[in-house]
Amino acid sequence: MARFTRGFSGRPERDPRLPPGQYDAGRTWPVLTAEATPRLHTDDWTFTIEGLVAKRITWTWEEIHGLPWSTFNGDIHCVTTWSKLGITFSGISVDTLLEVARPLPEASFVMAWSHTGYTTNLPLSDVTDGRAWVALEVDGEALPREHGGPARLLVPHLYFWKSAKWVAGLRLLDHDEPGFWEQNGYHDRGDPWLEQRYQGD
Amino acid sequence: MSPTVWEPATVVDLSSETPTAKTFRLRLDHPSVHLPGQHYILRLTAPNGYTASRSYSVASAPDGSPEIELTVERLRDGEISTFLHDEVVVGDELEIRGPIGGWFVWQADRPALLVGGGSGVVPLMAMLRFARLQRVTELVRLLISVRTPQDLYYSKELPGPESTVIYTRATPAISTRAPSRISEADLEPLLLPEATAYVCGSSPFADAATDAAIAIGVPADRIRVERFGPTGAGL
Repeated sequence: MARFTRGFSGRPERDPRLPPGQYDAGRTWPVLTAEATPRLHTDDWTFTIEGLVAKRITWTWEEIHGLPWSTFNGDIHCVTTWSKLGITFSGISVDTLLEVARPLPEASFVMAWSHTGYTTNLPLSDVTDGRAWVALEVDGEALPREHGGPARLLVPHLYFWKSAKWVAGLRLLDHDEPGFWEQNGYHDRGDPWLEQRYQGD
Repeated sequence: MSPTVWEPATVVDLSSETPTAKTFRLRLDHPSVHLPGQHYILRLTAPNGYTASRSYSVASAPDGSPEIELTVERLRDGEISTFLHDEVVVGDELEIRGPIGGWFVWQADRPALLVGGGSGVVPLMAMLRFARLQRVTELVRLLISVRTPQDLYYSKELPGPESTVIYTRATPAISTRAPSRISEADLEPLLLPEATAYVCGSSPFADAATDAAIAIGVPADRIRVERFGPTGAGL
C-alpha cells in the first residue's frame, strides 16, 4: 500500500470507465508524438500487410475506402495518464484486411509501422476479433493530421501508443520484437486495466 | 530500464520561477541516475487509496547528488499541479517513479539544437545545465520562446552565451526583435553542423518549431519532439 500524501484527499467521484491511474481529459484531446508531424497527402498514403501472410497486399487510399467500414465507440487511454471517454472512430476493421492477406498458422505477433518510421509491436490476437481498426475518421470527420491523419491504427483496449499514427502497415511475425517506445522502456503489451505502462510492469 | 518501483522523495526546497510555475527540489534515497531530458512520474495518494499521478520533466542536470528538481506549471483545474502549488511545503514526502524515457534524451555526446516553448524549457534546461557541467557548451544551442519576460523560467540562467530567448507578445525594453512566434530566422544562426533538434512545447509550438527546423535544413529524422497538451509535461 502506498504511503498517503499529506493533505491530499483526491477527487470525490471517479468514472468507472477510467482504468487505474488515469484521469478524464474531458473535451480535450492531447497530442503526443515523438516526431515531426508529417504532411501526408492521401495520394501518397498506402497500407500494406506483409510478413507471414499468404498474400502480401497494399491498399491505396481509394482502395481502402472501398472496403466495408465499421465503427468503434468507446474510450481511449494514453500512458501519460489521460483518458478520453466516449469517442467514435470509423474505418476498416483489421479483420477485414487480414481476411484478404490470410495470416499463416505460425503468425503470432504483428509489428505496426508508420509512414514516419515509427513502430509498435502487438500480439496478433490484440488486433483481431473486432479489436483493431485502420481508423480514417473521428467523430464523423476526417482524422486530423496531428492525431495521425489521414489514417492511424486504432487498438483502443491498449494504451494509445499502440495505435500508431500515420499507419503504413502491419508485418506479421512468429515472434515478438520491441517497437519504438517498447525499446525505450515501455511495456510490450500495454493493457491499461493492468497498468502495463513500463517494461517490468 | 525498468523503473517499476515507487520511491519516497522529500521536498527540500521550493522556489517560484514565474507567477504560475514552481520548482520543487526533491531528495531521493540515492543519487539520481537520470539522463538530461528524462522525466519522473509523481504520485499522490489519498487516505482512501485513491491515487493520481503525472509525468514531470527533470530540470536539473545529473550531478551525482541525490537531489532532483521538477518544475511544475500550475494548470487551472490541474488536479496534481494545483495540489503541488497550493498545499505542498518543504518537508513533505511525495512518491516518484523513474527516471523514464529513452528517446528525448541528450547525453552531451553530439551537437544539439534545443528549442522550447514556455514550460517546454524544462527538459531542455536539464540538457543545457548538463552541457555547462560537462564543459561542452560548444555542442549546444538553446532557443526559448515565451509570451512575455514574466513567463521566462530560470531567468537567472537564461539567456546566456549559448542560449537565446524570444518573445511572442511583449519584449523587454532592450529587445530589438518585434514580438512574434518562432521563425526560421530565429533558428538559423543557432544551427550547428550535424545537430539533432530537440523540440519541446505545446502542440502548436512544436509544429511551428519543427517546420522552422526542417526549413533551415534539419532532416526530419534528426528532430525529436516532446509535446504536451493540457496535461502538462509528458512524453
